[in-house]
Amino acid sequence: MSSLNINNLSASIEGKAILDNLNLDLPAGEVHAVMGPNGSGKSTLSKVLAGHPDYEVTGGSARLEGIELLGLSPDEIARMGLFLAFQYPIEVPGISIANFIRAALQARLPEGESVKAVDYYKQLYEKMDELGMDRTFTSRSLNEGFSGGEKKRCEILQMSMLEPRYCILDETDSGLDIDALREVSLGVNRMKGPERGMLVITHYQRLLEYIVPDKVHVMWEGKVVLSGDKDLALELEQRGYDWIRNEVAA
Amino acid sequence: MSTSNQIAVDREKGNFHFETDYAYDAGVGLSEDVVKYVSGVKDEEPWLLDFRLKALAAFEGKPLPTHWASKDLENINFDQIRYYLSKGQKPSRTWEEVPDDVKNTFERLGIPEQERKFLAGVEAQFDSEAAYSRMKDDLEEKGVLFMGSTEGLKEYPEVFKKWFGKVIPTSDNKFSALNSAVFSGGSFIYVPPGVKLEQPLQAYFRINAENFGQFERTLIIADEGAEITYMEGCTAPKFETSTLHSAVVELVALKGAKIQYITVQNWSNNVFNLVTKRALAEEEAEVRWIDCNIGSRLTMKYPGVILKGRKARGEVLSIALANDGQHQDTGAKMVHAASETTSNVIAKSISIGKGRSSYRGLVEMPGRPSHCKNNTECDALLINAESETDTYPAITVRGRDNSVQHEASVSKVSAEQIFYMQQRGMSEPEAMSLCVNGFVNDLIREFPMEYSVELKRLIDLEMEGSVG
Ligand SMILES: Nc1ncnc2c1ncn2[C@@H]1O[C@H](COP(=O)(O)OP(=O)(O)OP(=O)(O)O)[C@@H](O)[C@H]1O
Ligand SMILES: [Mg+2]
Repeated sequence: MSSLNINNLSASIEGKAILDNLNLDLPAGEVHAVMGPNGSGKSTLSKVLAGHPDYEVTGGSARLEGIELLGLSPDEIARMGLFLAFQYPIEVPGISIANFIRAALQARLPEGESVKAVDYYKQLYEKMDELGMDRTFTSRSLNEGFSGGEKKRCEILQMSMLEPRYCILDETDSGLDIDALREVSLGVNRMKGPERGMLVITHYQRLLEYIVPDKVHVMWEGKVVLSGDKDLALELEQRGYDWIRNEVAA
Repeated sequence: MSTSNQIAVDREKGNFHFETDYAYDAGVGLSEDVVKYVSGVKDEEPWLLDFRLKALAAFEGKPLPTHWASKDLENINFDQIRYYLSKGQKPSRTWEEVPDDVKNTFERLGIPEQERKFLAGVEAQFDSEAAYSRMKDDLEEKGVLFMGSTEGLKEYPEVFKKWFGKVIPTSDNKFSALNSAVFSGGSFIYVPPGVKLEQPLQAYFRINAENFGQFERTLIIADEGAEITYMEGCTAPKFETSTLHSAVVELVALKGAKIQYITVQNWSNNVFNLVTKRALAEEEAEVRWIDCNIGSRLTMKYPGVILKGRKARGEVLSIALANDGQHQDTGAKMVHAASETTSNVIAKSISIGKGRSSYRGLVEMPGRPSHCKNNTECDALLINAESETDTYPAITVRGRDNSVQHEASVSKVSAEQIFYMQQRGMSEPEAMSLCVNGFVNDLIREFPMEYSVELKRLIDLEMEGSVG
């Protein structure tokens, strides 16, 4: 069963319930978009799946290829193949991008094996070129002082180097200029494949013109309340979220 | 990027112990008799015994400095310590001649191997005396002296006496007085004018016995225009009871000389490490202390440079790592006693778990010098919520056109940073190690290549033990 299955997932933070019996299935090979108003729980969903320790899972399950993720440590989940491109990437002073990604790759190797420097840099530079990132970035501290757009590109660079099975992109489009949006989208599209599932969280239809989703889900107060094809995103863009409220109430 | 030529430092590395018989044992506790015993074993001249006895009185007359330093000092039981232990052999010039139990210890610590690889000479001290001492022949031909302090005092008293106790007077502090009373071992080095050592000399200090106090005394003199790099390493097994290490290290850099002194302190967590280190820098001389404190229960060490000659330069680069149950109380002293002298201090400390690190800095400009410069930067990294750090800078500037700059920072590794790194697949300890490495990286780059100490592996090991 190649998919990420989220069943009746409920989670809270500091006693406040955020996710409420959420259901979502993401089969490998597909791209799904998640939309929804501010505060509806989209980032919460991504962090709960990634194992963030601040959230308490109060019910349900989330299985990656049949294996339960909930309760595992964030690094175990990451090594099982779940990648989260953060809405707000964290700055880590003192650690260069090159060293950071290398350490992340190293963490996936069995003991005794190590990343080969020559191959590594070749691959890193290739991906940076593809994403239109200047090579001087490799020696800069991770995300430190990066512009909003640079941070997002750096997330996609990490994603393409780590080649995860399931990718969650949390508002990767916000903060990107028009050219960057295209370059980053191309980068994401290059990663599409029959083996890989992608969950793209966004507020804007614009991104979905580049990264065309197989399905669109609408989140509302911690639940997926509506799912449809890519036209649903267009409809949301035109009509806003108010009509959803009525649907939910109905 | 990783550095290739690294010294293996491993916190568990020193934690082993072979049974050993000692020919000379001063027994337990400190008294005039013990001091006389030590002096007698070494067959010292009367002036030296007199020096020691006066030092003992000074030690007894001084209170523990608990009014400013850690109360933990009160847990040193001076009556339970053994002040002198040796096998009664002269230091050997070949490893074959070193008694098996001692040789095995140093082999396990990798000392002969390092000697072959990149050192100009090694002295290996086992408890109170050097077991091995050897320098490359060509250096001997150039007139370089490298031996234990016991031998130095005997064979070259005219050089030794001239500087002995001149940089650090007996009564400088309670522990320099203690050292002066019972000192044994340590290195004596003299580098003649213009001689530049290309490879470093190394001393390795090993505490083997329980309840033992090690009190080595090191004196390094670099004559005019001479250059030397000296490195010391140290380990002890983890005993139940605490152990005392109290050294005095005096450096003399004459006109235009350069001394670089590197310490990798990796004592086990039961060692009180109370060390006085100071250098005298004459005109245009340069002294650089590189000090890495990783082990010990309490370290109190503030390497200093007295910038006595015009344009002399002093530097302290230090890294301290304080884990649970450890207090690294370190710092630097820069005394600008002449004009146009410059000093630079970069101190980085990392506190993990309940570990505590303190920085004490002293910058003085006595005698109204002019055009002096000091730059001090101390950065602390806190890994856990309960980790501690504190800073006590003291600066007195007199004279004119002097510049003193002090910068301090405290940063914390945040839970969000760790989560972010874990999301990329690193375990929590790996993530913390990476943060710590990132924190010390720019400083380690300043270290000589051979000593770009393998802090990474060491830090990894420290982190593994401290998480989860
Ligand atoms: N630490 C916290 N304590 C209390 N409430 C929190 C905490 N963290 C998040 N929340 C709340 O959880 C809700 C969901 O937040 P989340 O970030 O998941 O929304 P989102 O759908 O990603 O919104 P956006 O579109 O603005 O990114 C919000 O109401 C937010 O205020
Ligand atoms: Mg969000």
